[in-house]
Amino acid sequence: MENPYLPYPVRIDNITVETEDRNLKTFKFVFLNPEHEGRFKYTPGQFAELSIAGKGEIPIGIASAPTEKGFVCFTVNKVGLVSSHLHNMKVGDIMGIRGPLGNWYPWDQMEGKNVVIIGGGFAFTTLRSSIIYMLHPENRPKFKEITVVYGARGPGMLLYKDELAQWEQRKDINMHITVDSTNDSTWKYNVGFVPAITGKKITSAENAIAIVCGPPIMIKFTQPVLEKLGFPPERIILSLEMRMKCGIGICGRCNIGDKYVCKDGPVFSLAQLKTMPPEY
Amino acid sequence: MTTMLFSKDEWGQGLLAVGKSIKVFVPVKEGDFTAFQLLAEETVPDWAYQNTRMSPKSIVYPQSEGMFKYSLEEGDPEANIVKEAPKDYTLQAVVGIRPCDAHAFQIVKRNFDNEEFRDPWWVQRYEATTFVGLGCNEPCATCFCTSVGGGPFGKNGLDVILHDVGSRFLAEGLTAKGEDFLAGLTGGQAAGEKELGEAKDLEGWAGEKITAGISTDQLKNKVVTQLFNAPFWEDVAFSCINCGTCTYLCPTCWCFDIQDEVFGKKGDRIRNWDSCMMPLFTLHGSGHNPRDKKTQRVRQRFMHKLKYYVDKYGNGIQCSGCGRCVRFCPVNIDIRQVAELMNNY
Repeated sequence: MENPYLPYPVRIDNITVETEDRNLKTFKFVFLNPEHEGRFKYTPGQFAELSIAGKGEIPIGIASAPTEKGFVCFTVNKVGLVSSHLHNMKVGDIMGIRGPLGNWYPWDQMEGKNVVIIGGGFAFTTLRSSIIYMLHPENRPKFKEITVVYGARGPGMLLYKDELAQWEQRKDINMHITVDSTNDSTWKYNVGFVPAITGKKITSAENAIAIVCGPPIMIKFTQPVLEKLGFPPERIILSLEMRMKCGIGICGRCNIGDKYVCKDGPVFSLAQLKTMPPEY
Repeated sequence: MTTMLFSKDEWGQGLLAVGKSIKVFVPVKEGDFTAFQLLAEETVPDWAYQNTRMSPKSIVYPQSEGMFKYSLEEGDPEANIVKEAPKDYTLQAVVGIRPCDAHAFQIVKRNFDNEEFRDPWWVQRYEATTFVGLGCNEPCATCFCTSVGGGPFGKNGLDVILHDVGSRFLAEGLTAKGEDFLAGLTGGQAAGEKELGEAKDLEGWAGEKITAGISTDQLKNKVVTQLFNAPFWEDVAFSCINCGTCTYLCPTCWCFDIQDEVFGKKGDRIRNWDSCMMPLFTLHGSGHNPRDKKTQRVRQRFMHKLKYYVDKYGNGIQCSGCGRCVRFCPVNIDIRQVAELMNNY
């Protein structure tokens, strides 16, 4: 019988420090058994359990895109037992990945539409996956305008800075990078909170779908901005976090009403969330 | 299906013989309570018990269970790679299980064995188990199985059902597994009209003795967010001390935690029963906790059993009416009253 709790063994292939506080690192993993890469078939928006023998597992969104072959990436914030241990590991170390888990952004529904991506802080990981996926030459024609509002506390706290700079140069994606505040006189992008920049830069909800990922406070203040622009709750998509263990809807802790965030989520539309108990 | 009559001596001898090739669990007195124990030569089964204090769920789903093993030895080529822990799926039988507890395995099965994922350990141990039920001649005052789809002689989830007719057991095979079990027993004789009649009478009397009930008919029609915001939760939770007794005793509570434990350079990944009564159950790494207040946790327990489960599976509530949580709650919180509040809200 297939064991859904058994992680695939992986090797850490590269580690990138993403932010100036060194609390966020991106880990690039290569599967020890190439056959496992074929079985780890994911869609942007999904997550996986990172598994460290002797420490435990943590659910983390997949930051790489399925169009990137030969590896998978996760950007991890250092907060608890497992993530702190992971931050002390080095290239070449062996650990495990279990997944892919959960649902994904509604790609079927997004085809033929303008896509608005709104991200804050370190919740940008599965959004990076989504952007890389959409910008792939095979996929780009499926979507109309792609607009990104991405903010962090300061310039040093933005993830994936090199890629952000590259996307800024492109004509097929509208980037609106912002920071809450900065003393950096060479800063050439926006200054202001994500909800305010969203209100300024996004002008229409016409044929558009919005994906919002960020800290609860950002989501709380972005929601009315989107509603004012005319986004109906069905076209506002959110990704939730919850304490998880099994990741497959069995161990019982990550429920919101009768939905498990690990299996029925983590992606929900605002319309769905409005029918669920507000317990997250 | 076979119906056989065994004297209680004969039944005990038969079980001992069967116990040489499979694991047989029987109810045994332990101090003031009764618990299921592995049958051995010297075991004295307690066939007159009302119900065990702990539910028999641990026979299929141990309170603590090794999932994986690994080595942390430097230089070991397999170091840090988790491997399946060896498992024993010897055939086993729970003999004397009460119908409510057998029904509970059916309720729990929807969680562990669903279309998307099958929990390999639960499923394999469940499939290796034969459930030999003992109907309840004397139900407890707190029993309410008859209002949740069961009964003192309910057959749901059983492979064999026993009627205690005085000095003898009337054993009825209900499934192929149960027939095999009966065929493996020594002794016994065909049951006559008289005993079948006695068994029928017992069922009738026992059913009449259960007077407690629970109302569930309106639960599926309630709007979940309205029930969630109902004003009675503070009252229901007021006396709760979050001890978790209800969840550990409950035959239908299935939540678990996963932990790594290391000794020297060897480690195990194990799973342990967990409880929604504990604040750690939902604590995020960030420190945020969606259920950090006890009222939220008490609400979760009742909403899960009486509303979320109902909505998710469309197959009744997540409760088999055994009454353990009612009997053993140190502050007298009663699921029957809570169900009443929810059903009438």
